[in-house]
Amino acid sequence: MPDVSTPENSTRAKRNRSLVGRDPWTTPLAEIDLAHPGIWQAYEFLPFLARLRRDDPVHYCADSTLGPYWSVMTYKDIMTMEAAPHIFSSEPTIGIVDVIPEFNLPMFIAMDPPKHEEQRKTVQGVVAPTNLKNLEGLIRQRVITILDGLPRDESFNWVDLVSRDLTTQMLATLFDFPFEDRHKLTYWSDVATAIPGAGLIDSYEEGFEILKDCLAYFTQLWRERASKAPGDDLISMLAHGEATRNMPPMEFLGNLILLIVGGNDTTRNSISGGVLALNENPKEYQKLRDNPALIPLMVSEIIRWQTPLAYMRRTAKVDTELGGKTIRAGDKVLMWYASANRDPDAIDNPDDFIIDRPRARQHLSFGFGIHRCMGNRLAEMQLRVLWEEISQRFDKIEVVGEPVRIYSSFVKGYTELPVIIRSSAVKAA
Amino acid sequence: MTRITYIEYNGTEHVIDATNGDSVMEAAINNLVPGIDADCGGACSCGTCHVFVDDAWKEAVGEPGEFEEPMLDINPERSANSRLSCQIDISDDLDGLVVRLPEYQF
Repeated sequence: MPDVSTPENSTRAKRNRSLVGRDPWTTPLAEIDLAHPGIWQAYEFLPFLARLRRDDPVHYCADSTLGPYWSVMTYKDIMTMEAAPHIFSSEPTIGIVDVIPEFNLPMFIAMDPPKHEEQRKTVQGVVAPTNLKNLEGLIRQRVITILDGLPRDESFNWVDLVSRDLTTQMLATLFDFPFEDRHKLTYWSDVATAIPGAGLIDSYEEGFEILKDCLAYFTQLWRERASKAPGDDLISMLAHGEATRNMPPMEFLGNLILLIVGGNDTTRNSISGGVLALNENPKEYQKLRDNPALIPLMVSEIIRWQTPLAYMRRTAKVDTELGGKTIRAGDKVLMWYASANRDPDAIDNPDDFIIDRPRARQHLSFGFGIHRCMGNRLAEMQLRVLWEEISQRFDKIEVVGEPVRIYSSFVKGYTELPVIIRSSAVKAA
Repeated sequence: MTRITYIEYNGTEHVIDATNGDSVMEAAINNLVPGIDADCGGACSCGTCHVFVDDAWKEAVGEPGEFEEPMLDINPERSANSRLSCQIDISDDLDGLVVRLPEYQF
C-alpha cells in the first residue's frame, strides 16, 4: 500500500481536491476521489461514476483526505461483496470515516454475524409488513393533513413542508415519541450524519455532545417503557428484547441513531427526489396522470433513481481478489450503490427515469444480503401513500427553481426544492 | 415437466408445470404466480422469495443452505418450514411439491 505521507503526496494535497468542474473522462484515475462531497453537492458525480465503471471498476484511491480506500462500481461486484460478510465486514463502521473510539457508537448495521442478527431481530418486527398494514391508515391521514395545508400559487420549499415533516411524523409514531417534540428527532438525525464545518456542527466533539441530549431523552423514555408491559413501539421493543435490554448506554444510543437516521433522511430525500424526477421527465409525469395504478412500480423507480445512500463501506477481513485487484486485509472498501444503480450491465437504460420499468424492484438502494434495509417496506409504503394522495389532489407539483443538494458523498439528498402548486393544477374535490 | 402448487395467503392455488433446472422462484415468476418479489433476482440476498414448504415435502426439499440460513433468520415471519424459493432447484424428485406463500414478502 502506498505511503500517504510521501513528499509527492503532501504536494498534491495542496491542490483543490474537489473534482468539481473537471473533465470526468480525462482526469487521471489516481485523482478521482469519489468520497469528496464536492461533486455530489454540485450534481457532477454521474459521469465520474460512469468513468470508473468503464475504466477502473474496482478503483483504489490512495490519496484522499479521509485516507486510502477502494471504490467498487458495478452491480455484479457489489452483489458479490454483499453475499460475503465473512470477507467484507461491516465492523467497525459503515461510513468512510474511522470514528475515534470514544465517539464510536455501536449499532447493528455495523456489526457482523451473529450479533447483528440477534439485535436486528429484536426490532425488525416494528417495520414488518404485518405491522405496517395497521399503520397505513394513520400515515394516510397525516399525508392528507400535510397536503391539504400546502400553500397555493406561491412557491415553497417541498423539503421542509412535505418531505421533512412527513418522515418526522412517521418516526415519532414508530418510537411512540412525544409528538410535540418530534422535531428533535430530525435534528438529531441531521447532527448524526453532519460533516463538521459544513454548517450544522463545527466538530465531531460538538456533534457528540448534542447526541448526549438524545441519549438522555431516550433513556428517560426507555425507563418509562421498561417499567410497563411490552408495547409495539421501537423503544419498548429495545427495552424488553432479550438481545437488547441490557445494552450499554452507548450501544443504546448507537442503535437509536441508526433507527432515526435510517427512517429519516433516506425516505425524506426519496420524497423530494420523486418530485424532481417527474419534473425533469414530463412524459413520465403524464404517464402517472394517465395511470395512477403505476404508483407502486414508480416508487421502486424513484428509490433507484434517487439512491438516497450513495454507498456503504465494508472492511476486508482477509486478503481477497475482486475484479482482478487484490484487496488487503484491513482495507476500506466502498460499495457505490449510486453507481450500481446506473450500471448498464445490470439495468437497461439506467440513466432514464421510467415509472413503469420492468423489474423495477431489482435495484441496490436497499442493499442486499443480511444488512438489507430493514425499513424498505415502510419506505415504499410511505412513498406509495403520498403519491396516491398527491394524484387525487394535484395534477402537478411544479419545480420552480434549482434544488440545493446536501454536501455529502454518503447521504444523497436535498435541503431545498422550490415548488409551486397552481390553483389550475388543483383537482376538483 | 414437474408439477408445482403455490398457495397464496388468501388460499388461491396456482398449479403449474415447471421446467426442471429452474428454481421454485423462477417457475413462479415465469408463470406469473403473484406473491414472490425476488428483488435480488435469485442471488439468495434479499429474502423476498420466501415460501413455506408443505410438511409432506419438507424432507424432499431439504434444509436451508449456509448463505440462506442468515437471510431467513432476519425474517420476522420465519417458521420451521421456511425456505427461499430461489434456492430450491426443481427436479423430478419434487413432482407434486406444494409451497405456501406468506401474506407479505419482507
